[in-house]
Amino acid sequence: MDKVRIIEIKESVFADNDREAERLRAELKREKTFLLNLMSSPGSGKTTLLMRTIEALKDKLRIGVLEADIDSAVDAEKVATTGVKTIQLHTGGMCHLDAGMTEQGLKELGTADLDLVVLENVGNLVCPAEFDTGAVKNAMILSVPEGHDKPLKYPLIFTVCDVLIINKIDVLPYFDFDLDKVKEYAHMRNPNLKLFPLSAKTGEGMDVWLDWLQQEIKDWNQTT
Amino acid sequence: MHELGIVFHIIKTVERVGAENKLVQVSAVTLELGEVSGVVPQELSSCWSWAVKKTELMKEATLEIETIPALTFCEGCQKTYETVQHGRICPLCGSEHTYLVQGNEINLKEIKAH
Ligand SMILES: Nc1nc2c(ncn2[C@@H]2O[C@H](COP(=O)(O)OP(=O)(O)O)[C@@H](O)[C@H]2O)c(=O)[nH]1
Ligand SMILES: [Mg+2]
Ligand SMILES: [Zn+2]
Repeated sequence: MDKVRIIEIKESVFADNDREAERLRAELKREKTFLLNLMSSPGSGKTTLLMRTIEALKDKLRIGVLEADIDSAVDAEKVATTGVKTIQLHTGGMCHLDAGMTEQGLKELGTADLDLVVLENVGNLVCPAEFDTGAVKNAMILSVPEGHDKPLKYPLIFTVCDVLIINKIDVLPYFDFDLDKVKEYAHMRNPNLKLFPLSAKTGEGMDVWLDWLQQEIKDWNQTT
Repeated sequence: MHELGIVFHIIKTVERVGAENKLVQVSAVTLELGEVSGVVPQELSSCWSWAVKKTELMKEATLEIETIPALTFCEGCQKTYETVQHGRICPLCGSEHTYLVQGNEINLKEIKAH
């Protein structure tokens, strides 16, 4: 028998995925396609916000959607009614999407003629946070009924996101939700996090979110 | 499941390293696991046994886990304390402004093979 060898790796388990994600981002840059990764717990309003965003921007931008809901194709069907190209991703029961799965989905979707692709990630706050999908920006939604202490319970996702959308502000009067506290807790985890309180239902606050998104897309296409 | 996803990523990495180093059979993989990494070692081990059997390179590979203790630093009093025991509020001064120094690692340390 040959000699036993010890090979030192000393790297995060996610290092290979991180490299794949970097490569994918570089490719998206060349194609001038902006990939937004949207994360939240189930029911926070990812699909609703996505539909609203598409309705507002579809005349200005060519949009595509990757749906990664584990259970069914309902979200994909719903989004497809807006007329944009939509692909249902198959995560094989996995709790997250990695860069490899995202890349496959993008290939299937075809990104050459798209300006914006939104990835609706699997609904949970733990696993998607650990895997870089190759997205240009990461956004998460926290909805009012979930409470303001989520940044303390799930710190990692708040550190990897660029944007925190506080959704369902139309129900603020009925919940014991402290907007100032959530800001304080979230900024403790990530001082650069941008907060957008809004209601995907009534449309209140949507314009600030849409302005941010359009500006980011412009910047992505211009900087080299 | 979270643990299964992690196991798949370890296998992918080990297979890449295996190909680069022309390894025939991997006998053990050592993982450094932080106390608050969110990964349950028992879950990881059972996913491991199931998943490696499906590969040629790693079918006999055992998983060895080294635990890294979790430590939190307090910005209030500039001291470090044990995270698992005390949580996110500093036991020394009561400050909420604290951050994790170590303990969320999921690192691939080394591979034993021939
Ligand atoms: N009151 C209120 N309900 C909302 C809002 N946004 C979404 N919802 C509701 O929350 C539920 C879950 O929304 P959905 O978009 O499917 O969440 P997802 O699981 O994150 O995709 C649905 O019943 C939506 O109608 C909002 O801004 N206000
Ligand atoms: Mg949804
Ligand atoms: Zn202290």
